[in-house]
Amino acid sequence: MISKEDVLNIASLSRIHLKDNEIDQLTKNLEDILEYITKLENLDVSNVEPTSHVLALENVYREDTVIPSLGQANAIKISADIQNGSFKVPKVIE
Amino acid sequence: MKLNHLTAHEILELIAKKEYTAKDIYQSVHYQIEKTEKEVHAYANLTEPASLSIDENKSFPIPIAIKDNMCILDQETTCSSNILKGFKPSYDATVIQKLKDSGAIIVGHANMDEFAFGSSTETSCYGPTHNPWNLDCVPGGSSGGSTAAVASNQAIWAIGSDTGGSIRQPAAFCGVVGLKPTYGRVSRYGLIAFASSLDQIGPITKDIKDSALLMNIIAGHDPKDSTSINRTVPDYTNSLVNDVNGLRIGIPKEYFIDGIDAEVKQAVLDAIETLKERGATLKEVSLPHTEYAVATYYIIATSEASSNLARFDGVQYGLRKIPAKSRKSSIVDMYEETRATGFGTEAKRRIMLGTYSLSSGYYDDYYLKGLKVRTLIKQDFDKVFKDFDAIITPTTPTTAFKIGEKTSDPISMYLSDIFTISANLSGIPAISIPCGFSSNDLPIGMQIMAKPFDEEMLFRIGYTYQQITDWHKKRVDL
Amino acid sequence: MNQTVTKYYETVIGLEVHLQLSTETKIFCGCANKFGEEPNSLTCPVCLGLPGSLPVLNKKSLEYGIKAGLAINCSINPLIKFDRKNYYYPDLPKAYQISQYDMPVASNGFLMITDEEGKQKRIRILRAHLEEDAGKLIHESACSLVDYNRTGTPLLEIVTEPDLRSPQEAYDYLQNLKLTLQYLDVSDCDMEKGSLRCDANISIREKGETKLGTKTELKNMNSFKAVKTALEYEISRHKSVIGSGDKIIQETRLWDESKQMSFSMRSKEEAHDYRYFPEPDLVPFIVSADRISEIKASIPELPFAKLERFIKEYTISEYDARIIIQDNAISDFFEECAKHYKDVKKICNWINGSLLQELNSRKSKLTEIDLGALELTKLIQKVDDEELSNLAAKDVLTFMIDSGKGADEIIKEKGLAQVSNDNDLEKIVEEVLAENKKVAAEIKEGKESAIGFLVGQAMKKTQGKANPKKVGEIIKNKLSND
Repeated sequence: MISKEDVLNIASLSRIHLKDNEIDQLTKNLEDILEYITKLENLDVSNVEPTSHVLALENVYREDTVIPSLGQANAIKISADIQNGSFKVPKVIE
Repeated sequence: MKLNHLTAHEILELIAKKEYTAKDIYQSVHYQIEKTEKEVHAYANLTEPASLSIDENKSFPIPIAIKDNMCILDQETTCSSNILKGFKPSYDATVIQKLKDSGAIIVGHANMDEFAFGSSTETSCYGPTHNPWNLDCVPGGSSGGSTAAVASNQAIWAIGSDTGGSIRQPAAFCGVVGLKPTYGRVSRYGLIAFASSLDQIGPITKDIKDSALLMNIIAGHDPKDSTSINRTVPDYTNSLVNDVNGLRIGIPKEYFIDGIDAEVKQAVLDAIETLKERGATLKEVSLPHTEYAVATYYIIATSEASSNLARFDGVQYGLRKIPAKSRKSSIVDMYEETRATGFGTEAKRRIMLGTYSLSSGYYDDYYLKGLKVRTLIKQDFDKVFKDFDAIITPTTPTTAFKIGEKTSDPISMYLSDIFTISANLSGIPAISIPCGFSSNDLPIGMQIMAKPFDEEMLFRIGYTYQQITDWHKKRVDL
Repeated sequence: MNQTVTKYYETVIGLEVHLQLSTETKIFCGCANKFGEEPNSLTCPVCLGLPGSLPVLNKKSLEYGIKAGLAINCSINPLIKFDRKNYYYPDLPKAYQISQYDMPVASNGFLMITDEEGKQKRIRILRAHLEEDAGKLIHESACSLVDYNRTGTPLLEIVTEPDLRSPQEAYDYLQNLKLTLQYLDVSDCDMEKGSLRCDANISIREKGETKLGTKTELKNMNSFKAVKTALEYEISRHKSVIGSGDKIIQETRLWDESKQMSFSMRSKEEAHDYRYFPEPDLVPFIVSADRISEIKASIPELPFAKLERFIKEYTISEYDARIIIQDNAISDFFEECAKHYKDVKKICNWINGSLLQELNSRKSKLTEIDLGALELTKLIQKVDDEELSNLAAKDVLTFMIDSGKGADEIIKEKGLAQVSNDNDLEKIVEEVLAENKKVAAEIKEGKESAIGFLVGQAMKKTQGKANPKKVGEIIKNKLSND
């Protein structure tokens, strides 16, 4: 139902590096859960609309007026790696 | 009676009579923390004494525990996950702002399952919280730290969040009152999201009256949350009426199935009988899609979670790990190592399940299907609420289980939320209130559900029940 | 270029334009939507994607999206929703972009261009959707730096069908699109500042083939000209790959302006799976027919309608009209001038000549300077009335723009009024003749062409204020009378 390759592919999409012992464990877990979920196959939902929101809310906006920003000092204080007021990350190669 | 055993409304009376000050109350809670926290481990971290604010002139100077997934300005907020260690938000959640304005004293961040992924508070990076009624048992989860703090008198009030039962299930396990309000009633701004379309913040208290008081503080429209409804908040204390005469209450047969603990079942049936004696009409109803709720929930909740938790990537805040040996590019290495190290097993499981169900080729069969079944589950409730004012069920199929009992079996853990999940999928308000004890002295909870935005109905029924019974007055003495 | 190859191949191009909308604030938070501030100074929990923060849609950004959609002949969808596009990149703080997947603001529009044979051609627009911009990455030698000021800038992505058949058509489409959008005042449309960005999808196929060839996506072009050059380069690359029997790989390529070449962007080649799903933090948006008509009513006459009208109504040349409609404010200014002054050709000359020169040298827009249409026509009238020389009038215009004062005031202040008084002029001519006896003698001997030199000398003496026609007449008179 779900192969080791599938799991590695999902891990890669999820940006999680899996250790070898985790791969088997997660494959088994996901297999069990997906197996449990197959119970939904009993339901015919071809004529059912999906529900993304339980509330029938619509058109919630804000006006285009400026609210003071945090400012540079408050914005960057959450990071331990700052250079020139910017967040420093390993080199991104394009 | 000990000071920290009291409810907030009792304390406020004492303060009004000038018998005690807010500071005295806080001291009694602090004393209890020093005495019992080592055993219970309800807190992820405590507020530094220097930043504690006690204002005797405010209306509600009540010591309160906040689940570790709500942002408090400059106070470490981690969702009990290694990946957020050291993160100090640059803003207050709307709920925190409201609490601070009302004078509530924030004692600390309560322990929780990592990112609210769990039903036992065992997946926390700080280690498990213990059930105050039996330290070998779990407090439930994911707001287990919050409910344990109240049950062990280490806080008078607590705030939890509920995505699939995370307030109600631990409230039932810890013998306290836990309310999941209607989706949209309490602002989610500043609540670190698990599943955005299901999450809702709610009060955890010792009795119904306190629940109404706390809801008065936290409920209301917030322009910062697009899913918060702009609708007048009633004064919930007005619904503290000792009268259920003529109310029509539905008892869904799908919630009294095989596998439910006999003592739990009996306690809830007794409670139903009590209400019947006070003039409520009780009738069996059917919520036919109940058996699909858990599967539906795990698709929707994990899908949203996989996206919500993608931002924990080591770029701005929290944990950053770089592997010793490069595997891909340096930035991808950072992402993958940070997330591999920072997330616990259950978090990885859920992120991956959610990623899978949203991924190309699977979306229609999983996520979209989940949203459609959600419609059916919601319609079940719409139908019943045409003829009924409320629905009563057990909150959980069993009482608190042993620590470690279900950690290796994710599905059995997921099934412990079987009765609470549907309220989140359909957005309706639901409350758990204590309705008895098992033979081994563990609390039992009864769940009441009502129509969207009819929290008043829950308070009315709960209040009436608590006028007749004493379960909510029992305290653990630790 | 190899003629035999071009004969058999056809180019297929589709463009994706990202337009930054010029709202006051960002699309999902109240931070100012500004350019060029200190790194990360225009940020808040929402645009930093801090845990717990939530988006709320800027009403104006939706309005601008609808307005732009209408201007490019799209239908506006009555139900609009937002979706999350999930991918990891350090400039994307939530690791998902709030965008629109299956219910965009606008769809099924078109823009007209003139093709190589001079015929009008319709370029279909598939859709226009709203989304949030990402931050900016600065690459240092050992690390990259992230600035989130740009994060959350409202973007409208406008996607064409693969209807363009040459780099020139792509260029023309971009020109027309930019012009149309500028009229709406919803964006700066400045490619150099990044407020308009363009990616291109390109493939080639044998003529007569209906199936599309394998496409490549081109990014990183910083001007319309670069888009054209990059597409030309890429066509030639496709041909040479196919011509040597190889296959084109579907990939994203970056245009390198300095090398004038495109390069494969290998790092992003990992299969994309954006896992779009409805954004649960935003509710759906319903756009009523009334709202659409309201916004429609706010759209000014668009450039091509205006072009036709100007040619017809003012009987000016297409050449002049095209220059004037390049800027909505200028075309309004032109019409205002035409109310006060009859000779529209002269107005065109003034606007398309001196005025545009003034604006260009100042790098200003018409709306940024203080010049009334009435004032300009008064100035032109003064030249007609021989109160000012053409030369002096140009100087007056410069002073008018510098100071915001009227022509009369400037002329008085600077003493620039043309000297047409016969007595004054005669005195000046006498001086000139006295100083240039040799030339005067030559004229007397019949070398009439030298009169111009003497007129020039008179102009010099008066700093251009003398009426040259009169000066000429007086010189002639004087010399023949002698």
